[in-house]
Amino acid sequence: MDMLKIATAGSVDDGKSTLIGRLLYETNALKADQLAHIKDKSERNGFDYLDFSLATDGLLTEREQGITIDVSHIYFSTPRRRFVIADSPGHVEYTRNMITGASNAQTALILVDARKGITEQTRRHFYITRLLGIRNLVLCVNKMDLVNYDQNVFSDIVIDFNALAGRLPAGRLNVRAIPLSALKGENIARHSSLMPWYQGDSLLQLLESETADSRLDETPVLQVQYVLRPRTEALHDYRGYLGKVKAGVFRVGDSITALPSGLSTRVKKIEVHGHEVDAVRAGDNCSLLLEDELDISRGDTLVVAPEELTEYRSLTAKVCWMDRQPLSVGKKLWLQHGVNRVQARVTRIDSVVATDTYEAREAEGAFRLNDIGLLELQLANPIFGKPYAESRAGGAFILIDEQSSNTAGVGFIEA
Amino acid sequence: MSQKNLLRQLEDEAVYILREVAGQFNNPVILFSGGKDSITVVQLAKKAFAPGKFPFPLLHIDTGHNFPETIRFRDELVEQLGARLIVRYVQDSIDQGKVREEKGRYASRNALQTTTLLDAIEELKFDACIGGARRDEEKARAKERIFSIRDAFGQWNEKMQRPELFDMLNGRIQPGENVRVFPISNWTELDVWNYIRQENLAIPSIYFAHERDVLFRDELLIPDSPYIQVDTTDEIARKWVRFRTVGDMTCTAAVESTAATLDEVIGEIAGSLISERGARIDDKRSEGAMEERKKVGYF
Repeated sequence: MDMLKIATAGSVDDGKSTLIGRLLYETNALKADQLAHIKDKSERNGFDYLDFSLATDGLLTEREQGITIDVSHIYFSTPRRRFVIADSPGHVEYTRNMITGASNAQTALILVDARKGITEQTRRHFYITRLLGIRNLVLCVNKMDLVNYDQNVFSDIVIDFNALAGRLPAGRLNVRAIPLSALKGENIARHSSLMPWYQGDSLLQLLESETADSRLDETPVLQVQYVLRPRTEALHDYRGYLGKVKAGVFRVGDSITALPSGLSTRVKKIEVHGHEVDAVRAGDNCSLLLEDELDISRGDTLVVAPEELTEYRSLTAKVCWMDRQPLSVGKKLWLQHGVNRVQARVTRIDSVVATDTYEAREAEGAFRLNDIGLLELQLANPIFGKPYAESRAGGAFILIDEQSSNTAGVGFIEA
Repeated sequence: MSQKNLLRQLEDEAVYILREVAGQFNNPVILFSGGKDSITVVQLAKKAFAPGKFPFPLLHIDTGHNFPETIRFRDELVEQLGARLIVRYVQDSIDQGKVREEKGRYASRNALQTTTLLDAIEELKFDACIGGARRDEEKARAKERIFSIRDAFGQWNEKMQRPELFDMLNGRIQPGENVRVFPISNWTELDVWNYIRQENLAIPSIYFAHERDVLFRDELLIPDSPYIQVDTTDEIARKWVRFRTVGDMTCTAAVESTAATLDEVIGEIAGSLISERGARIDDKRSEGAMEERKKVGYF
């Protein structure tokens, strides 16, 4: 069994909560007391069906408004896989939550109401999945029960979506479309007999077969999180650099360079949780012990091939601004790239992209909450990475407000 | 690429988070209740900093209404780890007049813990408190961040949560603020049990079936103890039970069980028809009970 993280986004009426509730029900993730609650409430609301959306509605404020307001994490499993859904709201003003929810996802579900087809929301969600570089998309055409399970309705929506997809740089993208009724459970766990014209997998089958991205073929990178010096009698000279391998594979004996110092040495020993191993790969946490004592501290980058990374002293990035305080030229911020934090200053604010039309316009000197656009930053100390399009591991950063300490934005390095 | 198995993925995530805590904070602490979730967190901390010792003390907020088995277990574990244990007592908060003991049939010190915890954070100047909460436990917890900022009053503001992007954790805080850290956010109850089995971890005996006097109350089995008010209408019976969570004796209900081994417990949980917090009396008080408590600083 492994784990797949899925992002969902959808506006209030697309039936997203119902779809998630349905997935929980079909995978037996709803327990007796939860199911009883759903039955009870559905009856009290006068429904002749089970309102599975009740399974996911979380906070009190949300129950009052009848909408989802923040990212919620929902868990269910099939014998083959654990699924974690990061459920984000579909409102325009909550772009930041959508990006937050989707940033760790390997797969995104884009929900469309069969009666409405592609809407502004669909265009926004698609834009964000492309911004984040999520490769696997599932276009869920929901509420097929309300259009008599009509194949033409489904086909038209798929054609419209493909046209939309053609308007953004393709990159690596794998879209699969599926006609659904979350309310009635059609094409969720099993192939629907009401839509014999659809030959593909049910949603759960499809999610079970998704493959996750691998970063093994990228150049090896590790950022130091913590320098471990136990200083006990038995471990007197122990100096281990703790960190997660961000990309590639490190092996004992590799020649490595520490950045920013540029000093080189070899990997003497690799440990995982105190046990010696020969190699560690992307995603592994380890302790690296080096041949020579170099001056290395938290935030430093260890690499095998320093020439593979770019040293950025200034950079151009696409940024989503997430703070109520607008961002303007001259503003100083902390930039956190992985675990490394440096000071940064905004030197230029270029354009803002409309996430529904994909058209760029002048930024007029500032980014406001939920704006996505291009900017230039000057850094007090260099960072070592790659454009986001080449490396999801090395091309993203967050921006932290110096005064409030809030995470105020997320950036994707372009150059 | 061969996918890592689930427990390895979850462990990797947690170890990374714990190392971030050590890297970003001056004075972090592990909130330790003696329950299975905090035992799991301690094991993850042990692994994250092996072969060294993990750089966090343990803090236990003692309500005085604990299962004696849990306290015994706690002390043994601390000794074996060579860790530093800090205990703060709800009784002291009561004696100082900071909180008032609840009265009546449902009286519990569970909610009073919050004051003792916030006082301990202030007194000992902790900037990060690592806890074993999981998002699958309860709906309000499903929205928790990994690094959850609390203001100077210990409050959680669900509308002002920091966005958490990729694996980049922002632990910068203002004076007076502190961070609750949840390294096993993405684990389910069953994951914790499977991990305990995989790592061969010792757990308090009350997690296994044993004979005990219990009361039937609101369709729940409440352990008989000196800390609860027993009315003449209450019916006490001796039953084979175990506990799914370890809270106070006043607010933790038992389930009937014959599961004497870890495998049997896991078997029962995998097939269980009632959710974990379904046996927590504190959540049954109202539908939004957990959320209300979180807003005022509950762990």
